[in-house]
Amino acid sequence: MIAVPAVSLPIVQLADTPTSTVGNPAINISIFVSFVVVTLVVVIRASKSTATAADYYAGGRSFSGTQNGLAIAGDYLSAASFLGIVGAIALQGYDGFLYSIGFFVAWLVALLLIAEPLRNTGKFTMADVLSFRLRQRPVRVAASISTLAVTFFYLLAQMAGAGALVSLLLGIGSKAGQSLVIVIVGVIMIVYVLVGGMKGTTWVQIIKACLLVTGVAVMTVWILAMFGFNFSSILGAAVETNNNPAMLEPGLKYGVSEISKLDFISLGLALVLGAAGLPHVLMRFYTVPTAKEARKSVVWAISLIGLFYLFTLVLGFGAAALIGSDRIKSAPGGVNSAAPLLAYELGGSVLMGLIAAVAFATILAVVAGLAITASASFAHDIYTSVIKKGNSDPRQELRVAKTTVVIIGVISILGGIGAQGQNVAFLVALAFAVAASANLPTILYSLYWKRFTTRGAVLSMYGGLILSVVLIVFSPVMSGSETSMLPDADFAIYPLSNPGIISIPASFLLGFIGSITERRREDPVKQAEMEVRSLTGVGAEKAVNH
Amino acid sequence: MASTPPVDPNGSVATTGIDFPAAQRSTEFQRLRSTHRSFVFPLAVAFLVWYLLYVVLAIYAPGFMSTRVAGNINLGLVLGLLQFVTTFGITAAYVRFANRTLDPQATALREHLESQQSHRAETTQEARP
Repeated sequence: MIAVPAVSLPIVQLADTPTSTVGNPAINISIFVSFVVVTLVVVIRASKSTATAADYYAGGRSFSGTQNGLAIAGDYLSAASFLGIVGAIALQGYDGFLYSIGFFVAWLVALLLIAEPLRNTGKFTMADVLSFRLRQRPVRVAASISTLAVTFFYLLAQMAGAGALVSLLLGIGSKAGQSLVIVIVGVIMIVYVLVGGMKGTTWVQIIKACLLVTGVAVMTVWILAMFGFNFSSILGAAVETNNNPAMLEPGLKYGVSEISKLDFISLGLALVLGAAGLPHVLMRFYTVPTAKEARKSVVWAISLIGLFYLFTLVLGFGAAALIGSDRIKSAPGGVNSAAPLLAYELGGSVLMGLIAAVAFATILAVVAGLAITASASFAHDIYTSVIKKGNSDPRQELRVAKTTVVIIGVISILGGIGAQGQNVAFLVALAFAVAASANLPTILYSLYWKRFTTRGAVLSMYGGLILSVVLIVFSPVMSGSETSMLPDADFAIYPLSNPGIISIPASFLLGFIGSITERRREDPVKQAEMEVRSLTGVGAEKAVNH
Repeated sequence: MASTPPVDPNGSVATTGIDFPAAQRSTEFQRLRSTHRSFVFPLAVAFLVWYLLYVVLAIYAPGFMSTRVAGNINLGLVLGLLQFVTTFGITAAYVRFANRTLDPQATALREHLESQQSHRAETTQEARP
């Protein structure tokens, strides 16, 4: 632990106005640094058996269903789920609860329709499955581009979360100080992925999932105990503190107008259909040896994620009751700071330090998971399969993957610096909307619709991707209101802040129209192979033995 | 037609020698396919409809959702928590169904196909890396 003062000093010195600090920055940082040190040791140990591409991308397919379930929870429960949802419930009451429900129910799509067939037919990336029986090049390129786009939106959210957390914890109000911390988080993430590959990343996620769920459980029991284990009186106190009975009823945020009501539906759609189209979640199903283990890992993930979101309901209303929306809004980090503020209210500096370290760990682990997915997609789908036409040297492919990690790291650092101040759950919902529009229709069609063709896939993926991204650009998220990323400009033609309600149905429709208008039939033998493999698991990629 | 590994990144060496169209036409596979679909599709539609109903009620019938049930707990909260209950329930039901009904059928079929494949491999004994 000699590294603690050395690391904490320069950051603290950067704080130009440390007056708004909550808690003790030294404690916060030492807990965070010990997490980094411990996980780095784990990553380095895990990396000793990373030799092949299957090791680097899929952890040698040697993780058990339980381990992978924990890692999925670790991958999925991002800063959005923790900081974002607690903040959303604390400020918007019932309307914030929709995030929890949507993020959670979404897992049924993955469990019922996608996890097992995906494991049975693919190898490393989402594109493996999408291009299985279609023409390789166009489908792989489209899938890879949409993977990179979804990853980018997701990374923005995580980095914005990191910035918010840091500004609160270290009292770093200055843009330069926050940006420096985002740079540090980005660099640590790059090291994890480069050194440990999927195995190292998975272990980081497992450790983080355990810490996060435990931390949140402790806080939940603590709050419940304060109110005599009576949830109704927490709700009562939340109404009283904020002097707002509407908190418990739907509509506080989204009930204002007909447009905002549609926005709520759009958000609901994006949440429930997005999870199963997230490339970094899909890729996790390749780290287990069989489809049965993939099923087991989804069950573990659903149990942990469900429990976690139930806890955040208590935390959100607890934060509303104990802190109140005015104090949360005025704290550095704004809406995203509700959870750490609540920890401070309950257990002072030490608990806040622990919770903040867990939140940091959360961001780090999710960012690492995203980086490895994007790098695998670029190296495997674009470099090896398209540029090298399947004939690249595996060592060369790994080098490309690792270079991609560095590039993605740099882009996410820059994006994170730009996206500070937005609610992270909201930003992640945009990533969900893009995933649900660009990926989900093609995944479902190629697994379950015999008549699906390459043209359908390409139209659906590019159509969904372009439509969702363009709608976001012309929405109030980008311009036209005080909370926009560009508050001074106004080119918001699309009134909703979530594109899902238009882009998701459009993408399904494009896939359908593209397929029925294409006269050229796809290879029926490949279709037979895919269908038989997806249900029986014959010929599925085996685990690597070391 | 079997795939050759260097050209097709998906086809693994393990699948060569299996007649997939014949396997797909077999009654065993057709039974497995319809068992799978007739369980999974209705359930998927049901949970989506139930979820969307909840979302629509929350935004277009706030009065109804605000009905007090017990203390400060209103109907909206109860329905939201019921979404959690049904999700856990559907997960349990699917796992039970998959373990009891799908897995035995899928395993039998896979073993049959793999034996067919190893039989062919013995008779045609090609040089393989």
